[in-house]
Amino acid sequence: MKKILIVDDEANIVISLEFLMKKEGFHVAVANDGEEALELIASFAPDLVLLDVMMPKKSGYEVCEAVRRNPERAGLKIVMLTAKGRETEIAKGLALGADAYITKPFSTKDLVAKVRSVLGDA
Amino acid sequence: MSQEKQSGTGFRRLTAQRLVAIFLLGGVVFNWPLLSLFNRQAELFGIPLLYLYLFGSWLVLIVLMAVVIEGKGD
Amino acid sequence: MLQGWSIVLASLAYLGVLFAIAWWADRRADSGRSVIANPTVYALSLAVYCTTWTFYGSVGRAAATGIGFLPIYLGPTLMLSLGWFVLHKMVRVAKANRITSIADFVASRYGKSPLLGGLVTIIAVVGVVPYIALQLKAVSNSFTILLHHPDIVMPTGLGAVPLLQDSALYVAVGMAAFTILFGTRHLDATERHEGMVAAIAFESVVKLAAFFAVGLFVTYGLHGGFQHIFDQAELVPRLAKLMVAGDSAANYGSWAALTFLSMLSVLLLPRQFQIAVVENVNPDHVRRAVWLFPLYLFLINIFVLPIALGGLLRFPTGVDADTFVLTLPMAEQGEALALFVFIGGLSAATGMVIVETIALSTMVCNDLVMPVLLRWKSLGLAERRDLSGLLLEIRRWAIAAILMLGYGYFRLAGEAYALVGIGLISFAAVAQFAPVLFGGLYWKGGTREGALAGLLAGFVVWAYTLLLPSFSKSGWLPAEFLSHGPFGIELLRPQQLFGLAGLDEISHCLLWSLLANVGAYLALSLRRAPDAMEARQANLFVDAPVGGGSLSSWRGSARVADLLALVERFLGVERARTALGRYARSRGASRIEELQADAHLIHFAESLLAGAIGSASAHVMVASVVEEEPLGLDEVMNILDEASQVRAYSRELETKSRELEQATQELREANERLREVDRMKDDFISTVTHELRTPLTSIRAFSEMLFEDPKIDLAERSRFLGIIVSETERLTRLINQILDLAKLESGRADWTPVAVDLSEIVRESMESVSQLYRDKGVTLECSLPASGLEVMADRDRLMQVFLNLLSNAVKFVAPGTGRVEVDVAATDDAVQVSVTDNGPGIAHEDHEVIFEKFRQGTGNNGTLTDKPQGTGLGLPISRQIIEYFGGRLWVESPPPGSAMAGARFIFTLPLPTTQKEQT
Repeated sequence: MKKILIVDDEANIVISLEFLMKKEGFHVAVANDGEEALELIASFAPDLVLLDVMMPKKSGYEVCEAVRRNPERAGLKIVMLTAKGRETEIAKGLALGADAYITKPFSTKDLVAKVRSVLGDA
Repeated sequence: MSQEKQSGTGFRRLTAQRLVAIFLLGGVVFNWPLLSLFNRQAELFGIPLLYLYLFGSWLVLIVLMAVVIEGKGD
Repeated sequence: MLQGWSIVLASLAYLGVLFAIAWWADRRADSGRSVIANPTVYALSLAVYCTTWTFYGSVGRAAATGIGFLPIYLGPTLMLSLGWFVLHKMVRVAKANRITSIADFVASRYGKSPLLGGLVTIIAVVGVVPYIALQLKAVSNSFTILLHHPDIVMPTGLGAVPLLQDSALYVAVGMAAFTILFGTRHLDATERHEGMVAAIAFESVVKLAAFFAVGLFVTYGLHGGFQHIFDQAELVPRLAKLMVAGDSAANYGSWAALTFLSMLSVLLLPRQFQIAVVENVNPDHVRRAVWLFPLYLFLINIFVLPIALGGLLRFPTGVDADTFVLTLPMAEQGEALALFVFIGGLSAATGMVIVETIALSTMVCNDLVMPVLLRWKSLGLAERRDLSGLLLEIRRWAIAAILMLGYGYFRLAGEAYALVGIGLISFAAVAQFAPVLFGGLYWKGGTREGALAGLLAGFVVWAYTLLLPSFSKSGWLPAEFLSHGPFGIELLRPQQLFGLAGLDEISHCLLWSLLANVGAYLALSLRRAPDAMEARQANLFVDAPVGGGSLSSWRGSARVADLLALVERFLGVERARTALGRYARSRGASRIEELQADAHLIHFAESLLAGAIGSASAHVMVASVVEEEPLGLDEVMNILDEASQVRAYSRELETKSRELEQATQELREANERLREVDRMKDDFISTVTHELRTPLTSIRAFSEMLFEDPKIDLAERSRFLGIIVSETERLTRLINQILDLAKLESGRADWTPVAVDLSEIVRESMESVSQLYRDKGVTLECSLPASGLEVMADRDRLMQVFLNLLSNAVKFVAPGTGRVEVDVAATDDAVQVSVTDNGPGIAHEDHEVIFEKFRQGTGNNGTLTDKPQGTGLGLPISRQIIEYFGGRLWVESPPPGSAMAGARFIFTLPLPTTQKEQT
């Protein structure tokens, strides 16, 4: 069973995402800020991270950067979430090493589909 | 206009000096020292001495001047 | 035969011949074939030196003193032997500097001083007037004598003759008319009068011929030759004495003095200067004159003594020796000869008068009248187009005036002297020019003041020792003046000055006047070094460089048109154009306008003008047209203009560039601000977007999830729905706030202030949040007056502010122990409300930050574990609302250690004035 780490500072969004992922059959962990995210990446060792960009302490970009610098986590997939939908943001995220990008508010169906495709499932 | 070929300063020094000499000569001849010599009641050729002396020397002077000035040709 | 009318007729005929010769010579000169460009003519013209003084007076002198008539002819001889140096140099210098008279010479030499020119002119006029009187006397006397033929009657009591019967007057008038006709027909650029020179040369021949005729007549006609006369004279003791000169020191002294005096006069008499220097065509002509002129003098003097002796023999008494040349032929019925002699005398007189008065009138015009008139601005002469007519008029009047002066002197003082005596007075006068002139020619140290002083001193002494005595001797001044001195001061006796007796009056005068003259000249010249102008002129005169060094004197530039106009003004259009045209052709141009107005042309123009108005005035006039700068005035002004323009431009450029810099700076700043604002706007928008999208995300997600999966259990379902609801609320709140903010910031808020009870609003707000407080366990207290505090505000907005403050407070205090206090107080003109909590407080640096949009207590990176449920817009909106109603909202941190040590939010609202009394 694949492990997904959900990182967002909005509690309600976390709840919704958690429920969604669990329902899809993933093993889910939750982090509320960037630091927590890095810790859990290390300890939980997820296969995919749903990463919010706008967060206190460490932004999603920083987390992404940190992950990609670590060759041990080379296989970790990152899907970035943000309410900001500007092209520059997307480009930045992808440049930093994110595998995919989803803007809020998202469609749950789309989200699930994207997660599955990134993970390599059908 | 004036021809400046022979101007005063450079004109044949000799002539210039001679003219000065004539001047001085005249000054002497026509004045006291020599004058008194001839200043006496006498006649020469029937002409009073002083008169003769003065006019004679005068003429001589003139001739000298003419010779000196014109002598070198134009 | 010798009746009045025939004499007059003969005279007029002779004058007519003179006039004709002059006219013919002028015509020849104009056509370029000058008759006087001939050294013989030049030498003969110099013989104008011999006037009636020679013609009549020498015989008179010889009859009195024997050989004593001779010195004044020996002097010129000696001077001419130096002629090469002195005369030649004078001629060259005069030509190079375009000198037109003796006054011009002196004035030019000492720095082109018009004052000097005027003084020389005055001295010349005063000095020469007796000499002119002498001629008038001679002519009128000879006329009178001739009239009485065959009787020999001596004219006596001349002064007693009624004016209108005085032949001398008519002679004077006639001579004036003749001279005016003769010499003022036009203005010549070089002040040369070719016709006059030709006429003078002619009359010199006539003089000589007439004298020779009478000489021969007396010597060989009346006697048997020279020897015969002398022999006859020897027989008469009185006459025999004449054969020798007085053998005394005084005699020799006066002989030497006379010789010396005549040496000076042959050059310094105005007529002599005119003929010898100004009228000279070619300096080389001086060479022949050096011996030819003395020869002439020699010839004209040969028969003087014989005639004198013959006369004395013939007329033992009663006949003036001055008249012997006339009376001897008359006595022998030689009417033709007598007439010839009279004509000869007339010739001598007219020659002298013509040249002298023309020379004098030129000086009077150029050096006396014109400088004054030119400076007399009110006459506006400097602007007159054509002055040549004026110049000629001035000269005509000057001629007339001089002759009248001569006549005046003749009537006043002419009787007292024999002719020669009068003449010597004039000699002594012009001798005063010697120091300044010869000094100027050979010494560079002479200055203007020196020249002025010398001339004045010499002139004054001359007048005192010679001129005034002549009046005294004629009875116009008391005789005691001579014998006892002025006011009886014997030391100042005019002719024994300071007790120096034993000298004849001429020597006496000469001694003192020249002493004073030279002394003053040297003393004042040596007081200072010559100034630039004097030095320059000194170089030109003393060094007399060949070809004239004065071409470089004009370093300026002018316009040809200006120079042309200037020359035309003084010379007349035709003459000016002729002269300038000739000049232009000599420079290779066909017209004067084609030439450049270079220094050469300017110099030429100046010399042309000098001929008309004298060098001093010419210099002034040319200087007014030319600027003696490396550049012409116009160009200098142009350059100055350009330079100042350039300066102005560069200054403008500076200011403009500074302004540009400033503007750029401002623009940059504005750009910065704009970008910042833009950024802020971007930030705002992105933040707003984010804030809006966040609740939407939850709403959507949960909605979808509930929709997708109807089998979600109830607990979760209600949970999810609750979240949806609250997020919706949050969203709504946010949108409202954003709209509020938008309205407030754009100034479109239109809340109407009404009187509201503050206490009531406080209580209501507290009621609203009371549940929230109870849930968290936070105490809320307030102290406020029961009622009565009314402010002008919008009720809902004010509520909004309170709610915002109260909910903020409850958010940040610790649960359970949290306390919030509300305090309402009133001052004179405002009410103050404070909400204080005992939470963590707000850091000092954040006091203002929290009032910024979307900023919350600790910035975006909060240190709080819980992100507060706020939008970050509450405080900014509250502040805007308070400020909208005229109040202020801020935060303070109570001092640490006080009871409520969190944050204290305070706002004030103004009290309407009527409320003040109630508090």
